[in-house]
Amino acid sequence: MTDVGWIDGVLSAARPQAMGALLRQFRDLDRAEEAFQEACLRALKHWPRNGPPRDPVAWLLFVGRNVGIDLARRAARHTELPEEEQLSDLEDAEAAMVERLDGEQVRDDVLRLLFICCHPDLPATQQVALALRIVCGLSVKQIARAFLVGEAAMEQRITRAKGRIAKGETQFGTPDAAERAERLGAVMAMAYLLFNEGYSATGGTAPLRAPLAEEAIRLARLLLRLFPAEPEVMGLLALMLLNHARSAARLDSDGQIVLLDDQDRGLWDRKAIAEGLALVDKAVRHQRPGPYLVQAAIAALHGRARTAAETDWAQIDLLYGVLEHLQPSPVITLNRAVAVSKVRGPAAALEMVEPLAPKLSGYFHFFGVRGALLLQLGRPAEAKQAFDQAIALANTAAEAAHIRSHLDRLMAEGAGNG
Amino acid sequence: MLYAILCYNDENVVCSWTKAEDDAVMARLAVVHGRLEQAGKLGPTARLLPTSAATTLRKDREPPLVLDGPFAETKEQLLGFYTVDCETLEEVLEITKELAKANPGGAYEVRPLALFLPGSLPPGAGVS
Repeated sequence: MTDVGWIDGVLSAARPQAMGALLRQFRDLDRAEEAFQEACLRALKHWPRNGPPRDPVAWLLFVGRNVGIDLARRAARHTELPEEEQLSDLEDAEAAMVERLDGEQVRDDVLRLLFICCHPDLPATQQVALALRIVCGLSVKQIARAFLVGEAAMEQRITRAKGRIAKGETQFGTPDAAERAERLGAVMAMAYLLFNEGYSATGGTAPLRAPLAEEAIRLARLLLRLFPAEPEVMGLLALMLLNHARSAARLDSDGQIVLLDDQDRGLWDRKAIAEGLALVDKAVRHQRPGPYLVQAAIAALHGRARTAAETDWAQIDLLYGVLEHLQPSPVITLNRAVAVSKVRGPAAALEMVEPLAPKLSGYFHFFGVRGALLLQLGRPAEAKQAFDQAIALANTAAEAAHIRSHLDRLMAEGAGNG
Repeated sequence: MLYAILCYNDENVVCSWTKAEDDAVMARLAVVHGRLEQAGKLGPTARLLPTSAATTLRKDREPPLVLDGPFAETKEQLLGFYTVDCETLEEVLEITKELAKANPGGAYEVRPLALFLPGSLPPGAGVS
């Protein structure tokens, strides 16, 4: 077995829980990260030979803890621990290890780690960036993309945040109820970005990253248990469930994106949709619409539509209007334009999209949407130009392939007309 | 005599089943359900959505108090249940308030259903 691509997915899925537990043990971000990275390196060495362990989190934790202790001992000129292969290759050793780990404890570690990363001494942007880096192991590039900022700026934010946490001693105490409430917003943002890292993965890595989305849903459930009457937490969980319900229909057999309009709605997970709808219904009673709840309400309208044609685009347009008001952002206006194109036609939508150009000049979807609108308006030359720009900015092969299919159609139609 | 069989399990575990695992359990249950139904033994069956979707009406005060989340007291016991068909949670809560007026004290927990099977018991079944 020479292809080790699958290991990457297993490692990223195991990271939140393993980092949470290692940090609890070592109470030092850098030590925990070093231990986790070393455990990952050893996994890369052992797993291709022996196959994945039954419980990768337990394996990584066991090795990571040994590494961390080993590092400490080495610093104190002690002898090394036995090679972990002597232990990990034994089924019995592994089974005992799994038993020793209290599942609930490990689970709570992740949430605790999130609340720690969201310490109020750190500016909000640093909190989330740090949490994504430490808890989810996202690359600086991935985080920068999620925040629509440059890589260098994001790198600086993370380094600064780490420095601040390292200086303090008390930061690793478990936040009390009041502190948790203060940090809730940042923790929710973090959980949602984690969800999107799993949910928006395409191609070969999609099935491997899917556990990140499931982990985020699990975290949102825990959050709702901590804050049972908070409509935004209901909205967050609903938003995740309603999007996740479409996972099976979202990618074709090659891992390429299938657009919402073209998805086989029979593949949608009706139970997850039902739970999402119930949560939205419950949250709406509070009459305090927040960004997650409004987005969940939009996802709920898609979830309710049995066919693409039944989608209530007028209502979606209204909800995007509310969202724009709550959280002004060019990306939201861009999404609204898609709804507007369905309700009032492509010309009205293009009028909304054009002024966004200076802010979204580095954003793939901006050019994708613009191209599609120009195409609908019968302006193929400009559409082609927009699609070319989109391809240049595509983050994944699937995004590029999707735009290329538009271009191919454009070329074919052009040939037919001429 | 009619009996109710109440199902308990750890929600964290059941919620983290993959779709394939969930489908497998439901398929195994469907076999048993089919057998019971043919024997004329099975009445309505329901699967509840998780407690995250629950709302509780405390009816031990006037006016009753609507709380988010599942029923959490232990000094009260489960005495019965209704199944109602409503468009919105608001509509269900109206119904529970009406019921509460007729029967104050205790609480109602409102939980949306993930699945409902009517079963095959005839009216008047269980009367001996």
